[in-house]
Amino acid sequence: MFTPHTDSEREEMLRVIGVRKLDDLFADVPIKLRFPNLELPPAFTEIEARMQMEELAGANETAHDLACFLGAGAYYHYTPAAVDAIIRRGEFLTAYTPYQPEVSQGTLQAVFEFQSLIANLTGMDVSNASHYDGATATAEAAVMAYHHFRGKRTRFILSPSLNPQYREVVKTYMGGYENINLAGENLDPLCQPDDLASLLDDNTALLIVQYPDFFGRIFDFTALIEKAHQFGALVAVAVNPMSLGVLKTPGAMGADIAVGEGQSLGLPLSFGGPYLGFFATKKEYVRKIAGRLVGETADAEGRRGYVLTLTAREQHIRREKATSNICTNQGLMALATTVYMSLLGKHGLKQLANLCYQKAHYAAEQISKLDGYSVVSQRPFFHEFVVKCPKPVDEINWHLLDHDILGGYDLGQDYPSLAGHMLIAVTEMVSKDEIDALCEALEEVNNG
Amino acid sequence: MNIPTNLKYTNTDEWVLVDGNTATIGVTDHAQEQLSDVVFVEITVNVGDKLAKKTTIATVESVKAAADVNLPVSGKVIAINEDLPQTPELVNTDPYGKAWMIKVELDNPAELDALMDAAGYEKHTKE
Repeated sequence: MFTPHTDSEREEMLRVIGVRKLDDLFADVPIKLRFPNLELPPAFTEIEARMQMEELAGANETAHDLACFLGAGAYYHYTPAAVDAIIRRGEFLTAYTPYQPEVSQGTLQAVFEFQSLIANLTGMDVSNASHYDGATATAEAAVMAYHHFRGKRTRFILSPSLNPQYREVVKTYMGGYENINLAGENLDPLCQPDDLASLLDDNTALLIVQYPDFFGRIFDFTALIEKAHQFGALVAVAVNPMSLGVLKTPGAMGADIAVGEGQSLGLPLSFGGPYLGFFATKKEYVRKIAGRLVGETADAEGRRGYVLTLTAREQHIRREKATSNICTNQGLMALATTVYMSLLGKHGLKQLANLCYQKAHYAAEQISKLDGYSVVSQRPFFHEFVVKCPKPVDEINWHLLDHDILGGYDLGQDYPSLAGHMLIAVTEMVSKDEIDALCEALEEVNNG
Repeated sequence: MNIPTNLKYTNTDEWVLVDGNTATIGVTDHAQEQLSDVVFVEITVNVGDKLAKKTTIATVESVKAAADVNLPVSGKVIAINEDLPQTPELVNTDPYGKAWMIKVELDNPAELDALMDAAGYEKHTKE
């Protein structure tokens, strides 16, 4: 235990200032406003404390214990043991953001590798050192577009099939700017790219779409992006990076910005965080992006070295003129995904994405055969799909939990018109047997 | 430090060259010295814009700082140095020549009276 002062030191200090006991210092605070006496039980020994914590933790049911069909933005994937082994090294685990960055060559190189992998994966020119999570990275895209047009364009179109949490965070970030017009919320949640195109105008700064969208659907946004560019607007694509093992990249579709949640690349679900936001864009916008950038260079003797680059963009120099006042990055999480991506490699990621795709399509096919259930997703989807259910989703999910199955996401929570619709995610972590067990349990609910 | 006598100056280190009703604007030798190596220039206004005095017309970024360039006099933009963003180092090598930023048609020539002459600016830089 850390005690800054001993009892005798305290007594000496009290004596010097002429106070008898510590409580006398708070005499002016009414008793009812003072911190109450907690009446705590006697302190546990380490053994007892550990036993109690384990007992409490044992009451949790985690994705690991259940057959997990819940996704909606955070996905249960396998993380190779090497990821944890590397990020737990003290040099990485306990390092704080480098204030004299060039001294920390290892940290900078790790960030540089992360940036290179993300730029490659998304098909974009440049990536920053990361953001807090997918939602904040998406919001930074809106902030960048605002500054790109110097506040002269004020319309932001958010696809209704953008993760609802991302939309909320974009709203929060943009709340401080004047006359911002956020459009798209009133569209049918399951709308098509053409419906979004009809909202574009000369005042549109940014169009944000998700890919695969929140409902798992895959659209090729090439034509929509072209249309947006005709209006002079920028387009940001929020993408599930895992899907890029098999799908066309945002870069190939012409996107100006690619953002997303990096959790699926080797980070545990962990009750919602810490996660990892990534942000990549075209080279022409590099001076407008938020966050830190690491570059590779050579020192005076020609040796390879890593530096923070384009730092004049950052808030410690530009202050109120900076695009964003957040330069924090998720260093450790970025390192974890970097290790994960390098372990899987290009082919491993493709195999894994394919496995998720195949299993999800098997599940959808089986569920579509069940009485009372229908698969709403009528177009290509990645590893997530929408099922219309015969009973309220939460009722079904309680029943599934009795069978050790973590059911899908209740879409009625965010979309009133989709009450009774469940979003089911399937990753490599569920087996065919578990998919079949899900179908049996779903059938039981319908008959019961 | 080079301070040409045919120009007018602001206390935020812009220079103005007046020719009839036209004013050409850039940043001074003193400014580029303070900034050190300039790596990026973005002119943030367009030809035809009618601008009030003190509007930000450009952003100059060096390896160690970023600074705004403000319009010393109100007027309408009639020309922009399109080449400068491609060759930002001209701000260091030729601040009063090839690194001019914009030309404006003066709204009110009387505003020039509030600017400093070379002697006044030299004194200002030493303060």
